[in-house]
Amino acid sequence: MLIKDLRDLLEATLLCGEERLYEEFDTVFASDMMSDVLACPDEIHCMLTGLMNAQVIRTADMMDIGIIVFVRGKCPPEDVVEMARQREMVVMYTGCRMFSACGRLYNAGIGQR
Amino acid sequence: MEAVTYTYEIDGENFSAAGEASTAVKRVLKKLRLPPAIVRRAVVCMYEGEINMVIHADGGVAELAVDEEKIVITLKDRGPGIPDIDKAMEEGWSTASSSVRAMGFGAGMGLPNMKRNADEMKIDTVIGTGTTVTMTLYIGGEAK
Repeated sequence: MLIKDLRDLLEATLLCGEERLYEEFDTVFASDMMSDVLACPDEIHCMLTGLMNAQVIRTADMMDIGIIVFVRGKCPPEDVVEMARQREMVVMYTGCRMFSACGRLYNAGIGQR
Repeated sequence: MEAVTYTYEIDGENFSAAGEASTAVKRVLKKLRLPPAIVRRAVVCMYEGEINMVIHADGGVAELAVDEEKIVITLKDRGPGIPDIDKAMEEGWSTASSSVRAMGFGAGMGLPNMKRNADEMKIDTVIGTGTTVTMTLYIGGEAK
């Protein structure tokens, strides 16, 4: 799936990373617990989370996660977005709740391989 | 490759700054052109350890040493020590506060995850004095 299609599917607002919209991704991890993200042995391209602090960006950085979607309509503060921008990540936020965001992505074929 | 050593002070007062040393470690390892898989394992070890030092021990000192064979990360704190290491190694066991959990950590996954990502991990702890965690990752070793 293209990152652009992810944005459209979740009716999300893009905060940074516009230059990467036409890149492909295919693995997603959804969690509010960064401990769980760090314990995932698989490659993760995109993280969905309702947590909004600097550790979300650092966790993504450590795990080489390039796309972050904040759910439940939470728009992260500018300093968090700036950290992501410096790391060339794509950041967006959506009004979807975690469950429905995951459902939309699953229906679109993510995680069904 | 020439052997290199770096030392980082971990500030225990500032949770939002936790991870700055890990970011620096990642930069060093990438610059040394080590394989991405071992870089990721090493930075996960480092970051989990750094978060633990901030949550439980008011910070400390981290040392990164890299030579041709291995990456060694040593995390030394002056915290309260770990009373029961076996218990601390159990997945899901944590003494972290609810405020730490609200920030996305303290799920009791840190030490087990560090052990999983390192080839060797050693914990030296003295109650009331502090804890030193030493993690070794072999560069030519089998991918974990």
